Amino acid sequence: MKKERLFITVIGEDKKGIVANVSGFLYKCNINIEDINQRIMGPYFVMTMLVDINDSKCALAELRCGLEKIGKEMNMKIQFQHENIFKMMHRV
Amino acid sequence: MAITIDEIFETTNMILNQNLDIRTTTIGINLKDCIDSDFAKFKEKVYDKVYSNAAKLIEEAKKLELKYGVPIVNKRISVTPVSLIMETHCTKEKYLEMARTLDKAAKDAGTDFIGGFGALVQKGFTKSDKVLIESLPEVLSKTDRVCSFLNVGTTVAGMNLDAVNLIGNMLKQTAEMSKNAVGCAKFVVFVNAPEDNPFMAGAYHGAGEPDLTLNVGISGPGVVRSVVEKNKDCDLSQLSEVIKRTVFKITRSGELIGRELAKNMGIPFGIVDISLASTTAKGDSVANVIEAFGIEHIGTHGSTLAIALLMDAVKKGGAMASANVGGLSGTFIPVSEDAGMIEAVRKGALGLDKLESLTAVCSVGLDMFAVPGDTPSETINAIIADELAIGIINNKTTAVRVIPAPGKKENESIEYGGLLGVVPVMKVNKYSSKDFMKRGGRLPAPVTSLRN
Repeated sequence: MKKERLFITVIGEDKKGIVANVSGFLYKCNINIEDINQRIMGPYFVMTMLVDINDSKCALAELRCGLEKIGKEMNMKIQFQHENIFKMMHRV
Repeated sequence: MAITIDEIFETTNMILNQNLDIRTTTIGINLKDCIDSDFAKFKEKVYDKVYSNAAKLIEEAKKLELKYGVPIVNKRISVTPVSLIMETHCTKEKYLEMARTLDKAAKDAGTDFIGGFGALVQKGFTKSDKVLIESLPEVLSKTDRVCSFLNVGTTVAGMNLDAVNLIGNMLKQTAEMSKNAVGCAKFVVFVNAPEDNPFMAGAYHGAGEPDLTLNVGISGPGVVRSVVEKNKDCDLSQLSEVIKRTVFKITRSGELIGRELAKNMGIPFGIVDISLASTTAKGDSVANVIEAFGIEHIGTHGSTLAIALLMDAVKKGGAMASANVGGLSGTFIPVSEDAGMIEAVRKGALGLDKLESLTAVCSVGLDMFAVPGDTPSETINAIIADELAIGIINNKTTAVRVIPAPGKKENESIEYGGLLGVVPVMKVNKYSSKDFMKRGGRLPAPVTSLRN
């Protein structure tokens, strides 16, 4: 089945509940998480999630809004980008 | 190979902290099919075609901003050179009416600028070209979004000095008629003007272009500065290499978004312009890139070499990233629109003479600077002619956007704020070029143009 994949990036200070909050919201949107990575990079805690939005019940605008709300509550920067931009920028 | 977390963070960091964005998406619109002997109908057709396409551009661009998380800062319009479509309606009054029609269409659609209110006069004038030039002070001072250009030379045609000689006076009138002389910021004089340039104020939709086309200007001085700062010990070859790699990445983002935007709008994709476009935002400065090389302030000795290295690396990285590199693809280094350039002028590091020499190796012109209001028109014309001679002889685009600042003297400035920034009034050579300029006529095409 055709996949429509986004990378969700969470940047900020490490704290409890980041994965729980984001994945809970994604579950409500019927979005499948395919991969999760996290790392400390310089002063930042960075987590990325690769998700497939093919069965999503949320439009992209709602998804952006929902993630920004969680980010605000947790004092983290959360955003998503379609995987194509990373493929274009980082693969020849 | 899967995308790594480092790669994702690199891209995200470029957007969040280094001002990476798509600087402009510009839709080129052919207006030749709108021509009508009934002027009211003609204007109506122009309005409808411009408005409907620009509104669609804005709607589709918003969707892609959401999808890719990359800001698309400006959505703009370029049209067929207006002197071409007004041949049978060439009176000053009708030119002003047409400018107001374009201004309204751009405003109603929600775009900030519409370019193309200009003419190609490299070998001489039509009646329509002459009336257009006469109408410019009124057009530039009575409309908000209409941008104008004149192409006064090409390497194969030479330079029309009679056209250059009309500009100083025209700009002085425009400066007097518009608040803070802002009308002059919407006019560029070119040689070798590209037909697919997406950047204002000089964008126009050339006669060789399709009915509609989408051109994209990328950005990224902040991203390049950041990578240069991280590589303090590189020699010039290594520095060129790291810049190339970075510019490849930012150009690819422009290519992706440009192509997808054009596809979603159902129109052909034109070009990616790889010029590094600065803004007045902190860190988003081409001058700061040069300074990160190890130059204390742009304009001091070594700056020409630094700019040459930078732009060559930008072109190599960009050319690899996109099949359709076009437009200006140099850099304007606009004085007022780049915080590092303003500072360099204020500290006396950068003068008009050095700025001119920088344009010989790469950048496209003398852009967004002011001269004292009492500068003779002939001197303004000679500043323009000098800059354009560099373009003619070196087979490249050069351009000038200059503001004669009424009542202002050297070391003062005009404060616009926003996109246009603060324009410093620069020192001009006090000796005369009047007798030379009044010879007029046409600079013959250089021998390098004979290539067949």
